[in-house]
Amino acid sequence: MLKLLKRLWFIMKTPSSAAFGFVLFLGFAGGIIFWGGFNTGMEATNTEEFCSGCHAPIVKEIQETIHYSNRSGVRAICSDCHVPHNWTDKIVRKVQASKELVAFAMGTISTQEKFEERRAYLANREWHRMKANNSQECRNCHEFDFMDFSEQRALSVKQHSTALASGDKTCVDCHKGIAHQLPDMQGVEGW
Amino acid sequence: MKKLLTAIAAGIVVLSASSAWSSDSDIITDNGGVLSLRGYEQVSDVNKSEDMKRVPRDQQLIDREYIQQPPLIPHSIRGYQVNTNANKCLSCHSFKNAGAMSATKISVTHFETREGETLSDVSPRRYFCLQCHVPQADAKPLVENTFKPVDSLQ
Repeated sequence: MLKLLKRLWFIMKTPSSAAFGFVLFLGFAGGIIFWGGFNTGMEATNTEEFCSGCHAPIVKEIQETIHYSNRSGVRAICSDCHVPHNWTDKIVRKVQASKELVAFAMGTISTQEKFEERRAYLANREWHRMKANNSQECRNCHEFDFMDFSEQRALSVKQHSTALASGDKTCVDCHKGIAHQLPDMQGVEGW
Repeated sequence: MKKLLTAIAAGIVVLSASSAWSSDSDIITDNGGVLSLRGYEQVSDVNKSEDMKRVPRDQQLIDREYIQQPPLIPHSIRGYQVNTNANKCLSCHSFKNAGAMSATKISVTHFETREGETLSDVSPRRYFCLQCHVPQADAKPLVENTFKPVDSLQ
């Protein structure tokens, strides 16, 4: 092992005898393979199939909601709402998610009963996360600046133009359980 | 080194194998060969189901037609959850929230038990709003109806 490392270091130290263009090409090709591979791997962990590997019951729940089935056929998948789109935030979330692999190994939510028991905890965690980042994942699609108030219900207009516009409230403060079954809402603000 | 590689490869195999998910959303329409009073006939063959009606998102308050009529719901209720964990209707229409949401309060009769005792919160027998209160779609009457509300409601 040490011998191998030494040889590697030696190769790295000596100037290459290959043509400059060739070395450059190798660099580019390597970059494409590694960076592309990394991103493809990351994309793979963002698919519905991957999520449902552990969260199967929750994936079923979304099917009757407007984020899954609606008149125009635009839809959101798990990662659209639960994984930040911004690259750095995404990496941070993905690293945090390594903890969830442990939960998977331990079978923390491996049955419907275990999952129901943990629903309140899981929901609370997501509500807090979205509250903290000002519901960024909602806003990736639902941009406040482009909302047509004349198309909204009177009450929605009232609340969006006051509490939401001033930043007092963020989307998830009112819009809970829009894509999932709710946990026990006793004591939750507004319920 | 080799062990590490094997471990990684094993990990990848396990992850990819566990990610399969089944879709059991197929609608079952056949009677499974069970003989019923109508023979082996499929219900869907004899009686075509009506198209779903569209419920308007928001409409004017709908007047009552008779004195004891539960008020109708003048808005869409798609996705509203009313179950043991949550009651979406009460998040606007409860005594606590109605003011802030400028919604109609539920009446005090909803706090009464069958014995007429008044509870501090909605009585379990009145908890499931949609048992009595329903939204209205623009559906044409199937038969002529000559019902007239009493004078006091006209």
